[in-house]
Amino acid sequence: MATITITIKLFAHFRNGRFKEAAQRLDPGADCRQVILGLGFRLSEMGIVMVNGQHAPLDQPLNEGDTLALFPLVGGG
Amino acid sequence: MNKILRVNMHDLTTSIEALPPEWAGLGGRALTSAIVAKEVPPTCHALGPDNKLVFAPGLLSGTAASNSGRLSAGAKSPLTGGIKECNVGGTAAQMLARLRINALIVEGTPKGDGWYSLRVSKDGVAIQEEAGLLGLGNFAVIDALQSLLGKKTGVIAIGPAGEMKLTSANISVKDPSGKIRSLGRGGLGAVMGSKRIKFLSIDDEGAPGIQIADPEKFKSASRIFTKALMDHPVSGQGLPTYGTNVLVNILHEAGGLPTRNFTYGQFDGHEQICGETMHDTIVARGGKPRHGCHAGCVIQCSQVYNDKDGQYLTSGFEYETIWGLGANCCISTLDDIALADNIMDDLGLDSIETAVAFGVAMEAGILPWGDGKEVVRILREEIGRGTALGRVIGSGAGAVGRTYGVTRVPTVKNQAIPAYDPRSVKGIGITYCTSPMGADHTAGYTIATNILNVGGQVDPLKKDGQVELSRNLQIATAAIDSTGMCIFIAFPALDIPECLPALIDMLNARFGAQLTGDDVVGLGKRILKTERAFNLAAGMTAADDRLPEFFRTDPVAPHQAVWDFTNEEIDAFWNF
Repeated sequence: MATITITIKLFAHFRNGRFKEAAQRLDPGADCRQVILGLGFRLSEMGIVMVNGQHAPLDQPLNEGDTLALFPLVGGG
Repeated sequence: MNKILRVNMHDLTTSIEALPPEWAGLGGRALTSAIVAKEVPPTCHALGPDNKLVFAPGLLSGTAASNSGRLSAGAKSPLTGGIKECNVGGTAAQMLARLRINALIVEGTPKGDGWYSLRVSKDGVAIQEEAGLLGLGNFAVIDALQSLLGKKTGVIAIGPAGEMKLTSANISVKDPSGKIRSLGRGGLGAVMGSKRIKFLSIDDEGAPGIQIADPEKFKSASRIFTKALMDHPVSGQGLPTYGTNVLVNILHEAGGLPTRNFTYGQFDGHEQICGETMHDTIVARGGKPRHGCHAGCVIQCSQVYNDKDGQYLTSGFEYETIWGLGANCCISTLDDIALADNIMDDLGLDSIETAVAFGVAMEAGILPWGDGKEVVRILREEIGRGTALGRVIGSGAGAVGRTYGVTRVPTVKNQAIPAYDPRSVKGIGITYCTSPMGADHTAGYTIATNILNVGGQVDPLKKDGQVELSRNLQIATAAIDSTGMCIFIAFPALDIPECLPALIDMLNARFGAQLTGDDVVGLGKRILKTERAFNLAAGMTAADDRLPEFFRTDPVAPHQAVWDFTNEEIDAFWNF
């Protein structure tokens, strides 16, 4: 079965020791939770999870070409 | 004695009045709006003799409660034509509270061409003629007053923009570092200029201080409250590390970062101006990534931003300013934006109104998109010198649009829309429409729940739940704005169950009162209704609670979202 490729973007202190943006190959059907855990995050660290600019639940499956953006709980105003 | 100080600039007289019973239990926004509603004729000219400028510390200001040092100012706004309340950090609120001054009311306008200053102390308030500091920027005024009156002096001042009565003029308040925090929006600096007052100085020597009805109860509630602020990831870690500017990348990602005068929802240069880049730049140049706007702030979202030679360039460098000149004017050089921020502070200009005015000016072809150097030149040489072009831009986004025939003018009630596109973050659009203040994100910050997952989650792209979300937040915010608390306590208050009860316990311990959560909600509702009644009496109608037409007709990328609320849906906001 062919793999899919997604773009992962990290923000705020999630970037420390990791990266800003990277491509990742996944098995088809992989969801946000698998990617997050695969990067070494705890689920409780997640503030905002967006897929293609929209808030996504952890069990949302990822598709070819998706952009997954991960933010810790931060804010401003 | 708790007291009201009254200054009459027509007769050049002052008086000290006992706090009337009807205003007991009010502070901050609740008090400024009550006074303006009672004493200012709604149809008066905002720069004429019948308008009044009111300063009031919050109910908890001057106490040891964390983040309670905010000062409210109120008047009829020359920008919106409606009622206005702004609040600010700095040192003034705590000094006024320790002097047991519940409010300072400035009324009337002088008969002649002279300028004045006010001196507030334990003996009341005195009017003095002023000449030496006229025309100077805020930084020079603060430096001069600190040399003359000592480092501890409180200062509330206007810059040249306020002297010129520009409707983007703000009022500056000295912060603990001798720099500036701003009563930013709605042109209150022009009201102060119309009363020909260049500055107020405050001397709290010999102040009687705050009396706490139940000190033990206050202390224990205060501990719980502070712990909630420190424990919440937004107020405890996110804001102190990245400041408010962490929002650039979040709003870019969500497609809600207004770009090129609200044409797009994302900005290609976002990484160059984002909070992460700013943090690294501040650290590399020996600035301060954390800085409090008032003593007792435990969140410390502010910062000191140095230039490439390690010299002070600006502080209090906020997301909204960086967005406004950055994405909205397509300027991707953070140093240019920082320099412009510093000049706006010095001239005394609201950095949201002015940045949005520049976006409209770029759309009009007055200067090229992305030209930060020309923004700096216009600030210094046109607005600073009061040329015709400078006065148009310094009168705000609406004035620029009307003067140059631009149709894409992002304002509500003639006040510029800040840093969140209402098409792709719909809750904030309801706040922009309905807030009696005009377009103001702080009035009901739905970004918390629409985007940041604080206080639950309401999908930013759908209409469902937005009116209720904005209503609940506007009611809560009006109440919080009356306590002297920074609005960022709302992040822990929305998520940590002990936070809000601890705030109410502090109010009860401070005043020996028996307030419940319902009382606080009731206060918030009364404030909003008082403010709206003023606006309606001033001539506004439901038609003023609307976004500009282009938000309905022009979809914003990347979600191709449009503003699609009906008038009836918007007006349902007021059903409470």
